Amino acid sequence: MEYLSNILFAIVLVAGIGFFTKNVLRLSRNIKLGRDVDVSDNKSQRWKNMAKIALGQTKMVVRPVAGFLHIIVYVGFIIINLEVLEIIIDGLFGTHRIFALLGSVYNLLIGSFEILAVLVIVAVVIFWIRRNVIRIKRFINPEMKGWPKNDGNIILYIELVLMTLFLTMNAADYQLQLLDAPHYTKAGAFPASQFIASLFSDMSISSLIILERTAWWLHIIGILCFLNYLYYSKHLHILLAFPNTYYGSVEPKGKLNNLEAITKEVKLMMDPSADPFAAPTEDASVPEKFGASDVKDLSWVQLLNAYTCTECGRCTSSCPANLTGKKLSPRKIMMDTRDRLEEVGKNIDANKGVFVDDGKQLLGDYITNEELWACTTCNACVEECPVSISPLSIIQDMRRYLVMEQSAAPVELNNMMSNIENNGAPWPYNQMDRLNWVEE
Amino acid sequence: MSNDKLRVPTMGQCMAEGKQPEILFWVGSAGSFDDRAKKITRAFVKILNKANVDFAVLGTEESCTGDVAKRAGNEFLFQMQALMNIEVLNGYGIKKIVTCDPHSYNCLKNEYPGLGGNYEVVHHTQFIQDLINSEKLNVSGSLYKGKRITFHDPCYLGRANNEYNAPREVLKNTDADIVEMKRHKQTALCCGAGGAQMFKEPEKGDKDINVLRTEDALSTKPNIIATGCPYCITMMTDGVKNKEKEDTVKVMDIAEIIATAEEL
Ligand code: SF4
Ligand code: SF4
Repeated sequence: MEYLSNILFAIVLVAGIGFFTKNVLRLSRNIKLGRDVDVSDNKSQRWKNMAKIALGQTKMVVRPVAGFLHIIVYVGFIIINLEVLEIIIDGLFGTHRIFALLGSVYNLLIGSFEILAVLVIVAVVIFWIRRNVIRIKRFINPEMKGWPKNDGNIILYIELVLMTLFLTMNAADYQLQLLDAPHYTKAGAFPASQFIASLFSDMSISSLIILERTAWWLHIIGILCFLNYLYYSKHLHILLAFPNTYYGSVEPKGKLNNLEAITKEVKLMMDPSADPFAAPTEDASVPEKFGASDVKDLSWVQLLNAYTCTECGRCTSSCPANLTGKKLSPRKIMMDTRDRLEEVGKNIDANKGVFVDDGKQLLGDYITNEELWACTTCNACVEECPVSISPLSIIQDMRRYLVMEQSAAPVELNNMMSNIENNGAPWPYNQMDRLNWVEE
Repeated sequence: MSNDKLRVPTMGQCMAEGKQPEILFWVGSAGSFDDRAKKITRAFVKILNKANVDFAVLGTEESCTGDVAKRAGNEFLFQMQALMNIEVLNGYGIKKIVTCDPHSYNCLKNEYPGLGGNYEVVHHTQFIQDLINSEKLNVSGSLYKGKRITFHDPCYLGRANNEYNAPREVLKNTDADIVEMKRHKQTALCCGAGGAQMFKEPEKGDKDINVLRTEDALSTKPNIIATGCPYCITMMTDGVKNKEKEDTVKVMDIAEIIATAEEL
């Protein structure tokens, strides 16, 4: 009987982490459905980007109010992890506040956790008001209806509950310490929860213990639930922001990759000594698909982007097309990519590990041509994104598919392109007139 | 502007004379054919001539960079153009290129190297700044004293290539008051022409992008909207017309502002 709670705790912990591992494996399998890209270059720059953008939150502070509040919640989150470590050790070994042996450092730690917890509660309340009362425009775009909207609020509720449980647990503990209850080591400083503790002053030791244990259990169960909620939520960014900022582009934003498969073909076409009737070489047997019409045509970094997207809408709120009422929303491009990838993943799960054609694809069923053609390739979305996502790269790859596989460009663009082919300029002017401006 | 004849040698001529110019001026399709952009080309050449820059153009050997085809999604056409141009450029042993078009600038600088075209590429605003810094060009006129100039960042110069300062530094050499729009530098709004939009009708919406951007600019109460891209010039000029402000607000390229300041 004595070890019952320890065993129970171990079971809960293993189950929580087990489910989480399953989700991580699913996530990485889905991401690997993407095309391979070489990202082994510029290692030191990549580490720097990760340190600056993910750890240092440099992109968040561009919008100071949201940035400041976000940093509070972010630091709160990291600090909570220290607390969780203590809870896990206590839970497994039946100790209580094991880190108390750190002495005055421990008091300092618990004291600052408490202050952070209060700040997090304040931040979360302000976040909730921004989403639901002030209704800041980027939170109410069409793609934010339904699950994405609820998701945003659910996370806030979870954080609120976790912080309240943490403070309640401390308050009860503090009260027990004051009453010299056995097993409750005198340790920690309680700058915030002491005020809650005064509400408990009439309670007996046994009911205080029940309260403290309940809060303790709910707190750790809540954290494990939250961990498993991540996979279904935009909150996945708290983990993926790190790899995503590492693998994000290290090139100037204006640089669009050159497709290698095309270079080979073009060089062959332009080579006067090439024999057009030569037997095709072996590697030419399966012609490569140009551009992207479904998630598997995108690179795995683009798929990682999709899972990392926080749905914050900074991209959309700065997109010239979206600001002028066009259908395009770079955030929706990312959300659609993730939704389609999830759909493909579920298809694979349901069919014993192989994808069975479902007659759907990212292009058309999720993202329309109209959205793709509205993009000015201005890079505002890429600049804004706090976690180094490029919605533009997906738009470009899908345009490539439309033009090179389907010849589905708008008529005016087809005219422009045939002008380039025929006269070497996007307008119908003769190349021989290129220098006429000198004499005019 | 005076009508002295422009000195515009071509690479072909230089080659025939056994000379290798220091820098190639990439005029670009807009700069060669678009009536408004041709004025920018001429203004920039006046500056080059005034500063005695040893340059040449490709003339009829120049062809579209292929940038706009690439943005539209036609990688085939882009690479055909690029490989053709690279053959010409490498044939002449070109080392350094200057251009007035940020789209050509971006494409030559970032996308040609992967196809075998390695050059030092500068935008004309950077080049003018260098000329001023090295005292090869002196901007002394007080033509713009008391005038308000606001600079619209071209996406392919600014965000795409992180150049926000050169055009502003150049403008500081005039006596104008430089006023910034609320959205400027990293947060500047596109003029609406990029990504091949210049060549098509916009998708359905409730406003045109160039009108929105012109509103940004007009809210600074400028005398001149300055920029550094032929496409931005077109879009902003149309925007100003849409707002019926063409009598009081001019849209000018940095090269034109400097050339007129110097009464070239
Ligand atoms: S690059 Fe395209 S999607 Fe991104 S902000 Fe600009 S117009 Fe919008
Ligand atoms: S792509 Fe980036 S900026 Fe856009 S919603 Fe996602 S996280 Fe936010």
